[in-house]
Amino acid sequence: MTYRRRPSPLHAARAAVGGAYCLALGAVALSTEHPLVLAAALAAVVGSALLAGLGLELARLARFAIPFALVVALINPLVTREGLTVIVRGPDLPWPGPLDITLEATAYGGVLGLRALVVFLTFGLYALAVDPDEVLRIFRRISFRSALTATIATRMVPVLARDARRLADAQRCRPGAQVPRLAVVRAVATGALDRAVDVAATLEVRGYGAARRPPRGRRPWSRHDLAFAASAAALVAIAVATPLGGLAPFAPYPRLETAAGVGEWSLAGAILVCALLPFSDRRGIVR
Amino acid sequence: MSILALHAVTYRYPRAQEPALRDVSLQLDEGELVVVAGASGSGKSTLLRAASGLVPHFHGGEFAGNVVVDGMDTREHGPGLLAASVGSLFQDPESQVVMGTVRAELAFPIENRGWPAAATARGVEEVALALGIGALLDRPTSELSGGELQRVALAASLAGRPRIVLLDEPTSQLDPVAGDELVWLLRRLNEEWGTTVVLADHRLERCLGAADRVVAMRGGEIACDGPPRTFLEWAASEEPALQTPGARLFARAGLLPPPSGVKEARATLRAHGLLGDERADPVSSLEPKRRRREKGAALRFDRVWKEWRGGGVALRAASFAVAPGERVALMGRNGAGKSTLLRCAAGLDKPTRGRVHAAGRVALLLQHPGDYLIAERVGDEAPAAALEAAGLGELSERHPADLSGGERQRLALTIVLGPGEPPAAICLDEPTRGMDRALKGELATLLRRLAEQGSAVLVATHDPEFAASFAQRVVLMGDGLPVADGPTAEVLCGGWYFATETARILGGAGRALLPEDGAEVVRRRMTIEVPAP
Repeated sequence: MTYRRRPSPLHAARAAVGGAYCLALGAVALSTEHPLVLAAALAAVVGSALLAGLGLELARLARFAIPFALVVALINPLVTREGLTVIVRGPDLPWPGPLDITLEATAYGGVLGLRALVVFLTFGLYALAVDPDEVLRIFRRISFRSALTATIATRMVPVLARDARRLADAQRCRPGAQVPRLAVVRAVATGALDRAVDVAATLEVRGYGAARRPPRGRRPWSRHDLAFAASAAALVAIAVATPLGGLAPFAPYPRLETAAGVGEWSLAGAILVCALLPFSDRRGIVR
Repeated sequence: MSILALHAVTYRYPRAQEPALRDVSLQLDEGELVVVAGASGSGKSTLLRAASGLVPHFHGGEFAGNVVVDGMDTREHGPGLLAASVGSLFQDPESQVVMGTVRAELAFPIENRGWPAAATARGVEEVALALGIGALLDRPTSELSGGELQRVALAASLAGRPRIVLLDEPTSQLDPVAGDELVWLLRRLNEEWGTTVVLADHRLERCLGAADRVVAMRGGEIACDGPPRTFLEWAASEEPALQTPGARLFARAGLLPPPSGVKEARATLRAHGLLGDERADPVSSLEPKRRRREKGAALRFDRVWKEWRGGGVALRAASFAVAPGERVALMGRNGAGKSTLLRCAAGLDKPTRGRVHAAGRVALLLQHPGDYLIAERVGDEAPAAALEAAGLGELSERHPADLSGGERQRLALTIVLGPGEPPAAICLDEPTRGMDRALKGELATLLRRLAEQGSAVLVATHDPEFAASFAQRVVLMGDGLPVADGPTAEVLCGGWYFATETARILGGAGRALLPEDGAEVVRRRMTIEVPAP
């Protein structure tokens, strides 16, 4: 799961704008608990990924994200003692008390799982669509060493994945019983140290140790920079206005209360339009 | 004017018993192209690391003497500060790329020096043009081939125009074409930009022709320092393993002076009237048969295709067979399909079309022998009897990471060969990377022994000298299929790149590939030329 430049409006936007767009999508998910609005946020993330040519990668990521979201959804009804509508009556244990599962806790678990899924996929979209080198350049002006350390750590992921594949191939060439997977993992971990030392030596000879604050680059704003910046601003406005304006209310306890009227549908529609509109202009997307 | 000066430098790595450098004094002038020669472990890499400041700042250890680079004493200036004057390139390109795209990789060292944005952009464009990698600028570094990565790493080391560039075996992972190109590129940069180049390499025949000066290391000391011809004269008497094939050819034929390259050798032979018109036959006779259905083959590729999902084609109906006990070298440029073919043979990759037939088990030694070694002690990697047979019995208590390169490769080979009956075929992928001549000789002997036991041996290699020393037959791959297939002497005599130095000097005369055979050809001519008294 690494960044690769693709011909898409999101990839054509500068990293600061692309990053802000992804953060705004995440902010929308964190600003509301209304299932319809969260579903719209999920649709916006998936739609963005598809329109950015990242559908396959996001589907691969979903293989991890969906089980994670399910775990979140399942834990809530098991640990929450709130809600009036009991759907499963469990045993009465001495310390935790009655293990009853309520409709409200189950529904709220689903909401939390959905929100976790949106946030997870949003970060996936960020990692796939925002150039880490450009992000490094932005943050180097603020905190050079921390930014570089973070970026190198992320860069090591694909390198170590390649090392692991190579090691696994070598072990497949051994005659007889297969080597346990744990031994391969241990060898990769040991090799990671050597890799890190080699990369550190390279950083030294490329002048990292004596690095100065990088210069501010001047780059004209493209149509995609403007479009995604406007989209991010609109999404942030929605994220702020939703809780402040009491839009799309959702109260899981004590009894599940939610509305799905014109206001909620309009909000969901606005999120989708704001998030996906910048993809309609596909001029100048190939570098 | 001196650009690099070492004064009485002695250095020992942490926890090492012996110093890696002993009382080394050396002075390099600006604009020189210097080749550092020496066997594995002679101190070549440490010398370069001392010049870049990594020794002692990065590696630690005990350091005596002083190194001055472009007026900066490395005791006071670390590698980061020295980077303004020194560009460095190490062996493994994978560990030398730190950014996501080629453009960012080239900009990184320039930005570290605090250059303005416009100057950085210009520096990136210039170095990309100089190295012919303009088309790669927006490619992700994770998608580059080994050769492309090495070129990008070289460009990053040259970005910002350092006054001296240090290269540690930069051609070890490149095919002959790319290796030669890289050396001549360095020569061009040296001549056009005046950059001082210090190049450590085992393949001296590749770089001596471009060198102004050779520094030979032995046991951490400078054993010889002079122009290529002086070095070759010294090597002939003191360190024959460092002689180039051309120099060995001349020494065995009793000719002087030893040549530093093919051009010089041919000029000398021509002057003595020893360069005949004899040329190798055109390679049409080597055209591979469309389909070989030899009965009893140890390994047979039958119209094997490998097409990557969403990507290119690695193999296009590749067909040939290897007989039991036959030693075959698989050659071709980077990306020609050699590694994929070996992976298909061992079952690591499945052909998308066609079939691979093997008469039994196929053992495969991949490019990094260290990948096979995952136990904490050598004795746990293979049975004691197998270790004894490989000459590793005494090392059974050692940690695999503490073995030398040659020992590690022997251990990995012992692992893939396994206990019991020898495999039907043994495949090795680029086994001579970073090896000196002595180790290559040992490996060639080992492969011959394995073939005598009945196994077919198939080795993918970029090294024509190594191929000539062990193989009976060469299959030359191009664009995913064999383009030439024949006896070693036939294939390696007729080319420019896929030819040994002896063959290039003699123009393929007498089908001579190795210096010993070439000397025989020259001696025969001398006998004919000299009239009887």
